[in-house]
This record gives sequence, structure tokens and C-alpha cells, in this order.
Amino acid sequence: MRAHKETPSQTAGPYVHIGCVPAIARLGPRPLGTQLGAQMIRGPTCGELILVEMTIRDGADDPVRDALVEIWQAGPEGRFGVTENFCNWGRQAVDFATGQAGFSTLKPGPNGPFAPHILVWIVARGINVGLTTRIYFPEFDNRQDPVFALAGRRARTLVATPAAHGYAHEIRLQGERETVFFDV
Amino acid sequence: MGDPSFSPRDRAWHPPGYTPDYRSTRLRAPRQALICMDPTPTELTGPVFGHHDLGPLDDDLIVNYARPGHCAQGSRIIVHGKLIDEAGRPLPGKLIEIWQANAGGRYRHVNDGYLAPLDDNFGGCGRCLSGADGSYRFRTIQPGPYPFPNGGNDWRPAHIHFSVFGDGFVQRLITQMYFEGDPHIASCPIAQSIPSQQAIDRLVARFDLENTIPMDIRAYRFDIILRGPNATPHDMDNH
Repeated sequence: MRAHKETPSQTAGPYVHIGCVPAIARLGPRPLGTQLGAQMIRGPTCGELILVEMTIRDGADDPVRDALVEIWQAGPEGRFGVTENFCNWGRQAVDFATGQAGFSTLKPGPNGPFAPHILVWIVARGINVGLTTRIYFPEFDNRQDPVFALAGRRARTLVATPAAHGYAHEIRLQGERETVFFDV
Repeated sequence: MGDPSFSPRDRAWHPPGYTPDYRSTRLRAPRQALICMDPTPTELTGPVFGHHDLGPLDDDLIVNYARPGHCAQGSRIIVHGKLIDEAGRPLPGKLIEIWQANAGGRYRHVNDGYLAPLDDNFGGCGRCLSGADGSYRFRTIQPGPYPFPNGGNDWRPAHIHFSVFGDGFVQRLITQMYFEGDPHIASCPIAQSIPSQQAIDRLVARFDLENTIPMDIRAYRFDIILRGPNATPHDMDNH
């Protein structure tokens, strides 16, 4: 059994950039620190290069401009940590102006029963515990995927839309088309 | 890369998503229930970090943004503790990132316009890797409390934000550390979004006289616990 309980979560707040994506805080003459997770592709690699552009919308349909997004995904072969010049983890801030977070990455491959997918983790002011969701791709039969199947009729909120150079994806925190978030 | 399984997250221990006294949750908390799933290889694995990811002064906020020969203004403190899992096992080599306001309660951030001035020698960004025994340590200055727009007279207690990685993405955690004795904790809608006083107390760093360095710097202790392995039938027998 548990000897201890997990440390409770608190919101990342509006200034999360200082600690996690310091260049975005952009105030002052010197850099605050290196930008971990900024580059997933680090050299010549195999697989399909894609740009995944996400917009997160709040209950008033406005883009959440101060969120931080992390993704974690398999490589083209459907596995983690095996693709040359590829980091399976990425981290981007939503752009204050455009309201979008863009990831240049490789399209993940399937693995056994699991359809290709990207784990997405979102923190921001007003989010008390980081939100976990997934992105699936429209050209695959995702219904066989056991996690996709759990989402039932709402599973369409997990499917990206083809766009220039890759995919666009809307994540809705509230409302009629609220995105599925997981307790995992 | 990760444990075969993790104990479920006790959602009643964490703040609920929708806590209207903290105004920003009203439009940002999902209203539908989270969908429960068993972790797959995606959630059981996570990124690995090394010393090559960090700069030499990343764990010393007193000097890591200061001009050569200068120091950040404010009360000098060590913040240290252990990173362990729910079973009490140390988590070595894990990335811990912190950010905070300066001694006057002002963040070095383009969106913070609080009256308190910036400190030319303080950035407020730090990171380190936990040691072989899960221990971590930062040098910094005690941040100041500050007001925030929440519809009333709302003040944040002095706090340091923590971002922590484990072995698997299911352990990923962002939280805030408060300081023992801070009168703002009891009235802060963000701290009070956590349902139990027992859980809030877990975010309160204790003054640590023993690790204070005489004539130099005071110390605060803050241990961080991430999700641990699922109980095995054998463990159950012992309880």
C-alpha cells in the first residue's frame, strides 16, 4: 500500500513560461535559461515530418493564450526512445498573439492494438491539475484502439484535422464539443 | 523506462478542476467527468533528462541571472528536500524546474505589471536533477506575496512553483510550495482549492534551522512525492 500520498497539484499560473519556456517570458537583457523540449527533431531522421498546431479554447470560446503544452509520443515505428535524431517529448507555450501552440514532429506509428496517437498535457492559469488528452489521426481506423473506444461518441473530439504541413487540432475545455480528458 | 503500473491518482486529495472562488477556473475547468483509462505504454514512459540539459548555475537563483559579482536582492534561502514516490523510494535523476517572483512579489515576465520593481539581478528561473538519493537543492531568495485579479482583495502567499518529472508521464506534476507561517495561505483561493488542510500542509515548506548556514543563508525543507507503484497482493498481505 502507499506509505505516502502524492504531493497535491496546484495551477501552473500565468507565469509558467519563466520556469518551463523562459524565452517566452521575454523581459530583460539576459536569457533566463535553456528551452527544454523546444526541438523534437534534431537531425536527419526517418518518417513523416508533420506540424501539429493546437488551439485551446475556454468556455467563452476564446483561445487560452497563456497555456503550456507538452506532448509525448511514439516515433514512426510506434515505439519510444528508438528513433535517431528524434526526441519523443516536446514542449511549447501557446503564442500570446496567435493563440496557437505548434509542434514540428514526426508522425507516430501504430503499435499492436494502439492506433497512432500523441499524448497531450496542458497546464495554465485556471487549470488546477494538468489535463491529459490525446490526438488521433483521421486516416486511421481508430475505433479498434482501446483508449479511443473509451471515449464513445465524444471520441471525435480527439481526432485532428488535416491542415497545411500536417494537422490542426482544437482542444475545448468546456461547451458542447468539450474535448475528452482522461484520468489515467 | 517505467513501472508496469501506478496506483490511481486520488482525485479527492487534489483540487477539483472547478473551484469558482479561484475565478480563472470558471471558464477553464472541464465540466464533463474525466474518462478513466488504464495506462498504456504511452503513459508509463516519459522523457529522460541529463546534466547536459542544464547550465552550471541553473540551481542557484541568487546568481544565475545576476551580473558578474552581483546577487539577487532579498532574504537568501536554500530550498531543499527529497523527491520520492508514494512507496517511499527515491527518484534519482529527475528534472525539477522552479519559477518564482522576486523579493517584492514581481515576476520577470512580460505579462506581469505589478507595482513592485524588477530586480536587475534576479530572473526567477531554476532547474536541477535530483541526486542518487532523490535529494535536490536550490539557492534562491524568498519571494514576496503579491495581489492578483480575482474579483476582490486577493493576495498570493509567498510561493515557489515546482514542475517535476517522474519515470512515466502519469507522474507528471506541477505544484506550488508555500512557506511555514504565511498568513496568506488561509485566505488564498488557489491554495484553498485543495480540499483538506492535511493536503494543503503538504505544500508548506518547514523552516530548517539545521541546514541553515551561519552568517550566510537560511534553509527551508520541501519534500515532493510522486505517484508510486500499484500495491501488489504481497503488499496487501502485510496490512
